[in-house]
Amino acid sequence: MSSTLSYFRQENLPHIWCPGCGHGTVTGSLVRAIQRQGLDKNKVCIVSGIGCSSRAVGYLDFDTLHTAHGRALAFATGIKLARPELKVVVMTGDGDCTAIGGNHFIHAARRNIDITTIVMNNNIYGMTSGQYSPMTPKGMYGTTAPYGNLERSFDLCELAKAAGATYVARATSYHVPLLIDLIEAALQNKGFSVVEALVQCPTYFGRKNKMGGPVEMLEWIKNGVVNVKAVPLLPPEKVIGKKLIGELYNAPAPEYSADYDELIAKVQRTYDAFQGGLYGCASNSD
Amino acid sequence: MTSSAKLMQGNEACTIGALAAGLEFFAGYPITPSTEIAELCAEELPKVGGKFIQMEDEIGSIAACIGASLAGKKAMTATSGPGFSLMQECLGYASLTEVPIVIVDVQRMGPSTGMPTSPAQADLMQARWGTHGDHPVVVLAPGSVKECFELTFRAFDISETLRVPVIVLMDEIIGHMREKVVLPDFSTLRPQRRSAPSTPAGYRPYAADPDGGVPLMAPFGDGYRWHVTGLFHDEAGRPTSKGEVADALLRRLARKVEKAAPLIEEHFEESMEGAEVVVVSFGSSAMSGLSAVRRARREGIKAGMLRLKTMWPFPDALVAGAAENAKGIVVPEMNLGQLALEVERAAGRSAALGRGVPVLRLGKVNGELFRPEEVYGAIVEAAR
Repeated sequence: MSSTLSYFRQENLPHIWCPGCGHGTVTGSLVRAIQRQGLDKNKVCIVSGIGCSSRAVGYLDFDTLHTAHGRALAFATGIKLARPELKVVVMTGDGDCTAIGGNHFIHAARRNIDITTIVMNNNIYGMTSGQYSPMTPKGMYGTTAPYGNLERSFDLCELAKAAGATYVARATSYHVPLLIDLIEAALQNKGFSVVEALVQCPTYFGRKNKMGGPVEMLEWIKNGVVNVKAVPLLPPEKVIGKKLIGELYNAPAPEYSADYDELIAKVQRTYDAFQGGLYGCASNSD
Repeated sequence: MTSSAKLMQGNEACTIGALAAGLEFFAGYPITPSTEIAELCAEELPKVGGKFIQMEDEIGSIAACIGASLAGKKAMTATSGPGFSLMQECLGYASLTEVPIVIVDVQRMGPSTGMPTSPAQADLMQARWGTHGDHPVVVLAPGSVKECFELTFRAFDISETLRVPVIVLMDEIIGHMREKVVLPDFSTLRPQRRSAPSTPAGYRPYAADPDGGVPLMAPFGDGYRWHVTGLFHDEAGRPTSKGEVADALLRRLARKVEKAAPLIEEHFEESMEGAEVVVVSFGSSAMSGLSAVRRARREGIKAGMLRLKTMWPFPDALVAGAAENAKGIVVPEMNLGQLALEVERAAGRSAALGRGVPVLRLGKVNGELFRPEEVYGAIVEAAR
């Protein structure tokens, strides 16, 4: 097996992330999951949007596409349909995925197109220096929520499930072995998969909310979650108000790009006499 | 094998032109008056192994097209005003990242929802300048149903060889009008495809002659493992904050289209020999213009018709040449003077300053096609 570092474009390092940021942990977890799966580097395509997390793709040695804000899944949809044999992964952040890209997110899920989406949720817009996102908890602070955030946040995993994703999981930058396992399982699901990775942003979210450094933030993340497998064993007061981590939903269903290939085969059988021509002008003969 | 005659709509002819050019992927969102293009693609593409997808909006549509093109497919989307507005950001993305795509805009009245779906030609400037930042694009405007076929085919050739987004700027009348069209024998057509590198070894995705060169394009999934970003980038595709790298990139992109302009330029002219009054127009307005020019000639007025097919890059030399010996220029267009502005500029004179050839702006924004007598009246006035 080749080394983990060989999956990186080492000439593009060091990365731009702040000290203590969680995005590197998630990027490393994705690479380890790909490595464990033994996927052919030439057949993996990684797509991202805009924001801190989306910068990850520039450091990875695959065909990589750093797109427009919120649009990673729409670009990825075109790639997957054009080359269904590719393993398509989207790396996105909470703002990129759930605000400006929310529409593409629910529709990619609805289609159950085979794309593995890793959402790095740091509860804030980091690249623009700390504005609240749809994943900022109510009452917490951002530069555009100086008196506390009035808006409720999404439960991203519930949203993905309701919209039609066939694999949904959550882990954190604290629970790294779990995160790698879940990404690996997500890569194996033939359909739309979502892994939400809770990560720390000490620079903006942490500072604005007086949460301390990266270590204290990782503690905060750890204390805010419960493994879904432990829930039946725990008293309710230990579960209420906590986010669940682990595999939350796994229900394979027919996948869109495979269905499309079947459709083409069926149409071509039906139009056998068509001979691959154009619009009834097949041979252009009179 | 012979060619075949068919009665068809402009939107149909456009779709067939795309299929003849080798269209493999279409992503779109329903909007009148362009929807027939999506409908026909949905029906025809699977037959040739291609794919159609109805995306959740026009932003997603153009984004999916760029993705498919990066994976090696010829891709197109079609829309109208409101959808074209939504596509502008990703149009700039395609321009900067040099991803070939064709965008059809069947113009309707605007701004906003406007008066659906009466015709207009008011996206001329948006097609050129709609996205932010300096960027190259090519815009072609068909003036008949047959030209919808021809120029859509041509749009793919230009897009593929220059790695630039090409916009086919139709209008509602051109899109919905039915004419008898004699299609060429497709086996005689030689659609172009982007130049690809021969080996991943040493591939520098954005290396090209600084004087308007076009880099080689590898499809995703073939082992090149390259990076594409909407950030300014160096020859290796790496993001950069270096001013001189950004400067060289933007100048190469602009120069790419500038250099190809003489090859891209196409127009139609009639009675231009010794013309004293020149009607300059495009799309459906030019049909009324041509009728008026013919009537003027019959009645002894030396009128000529110049119908532009290549709108951008704007054919400065052509228009300047036409203006040289003219007493007046008449510009009928379904907007408030977007083409007239360019005509005035290219003619090197400003009517507002009272110098040179007067340009008579015939702007029409009531959702109706020009009547030939309206243009004729302007020709008579300009000939005085």
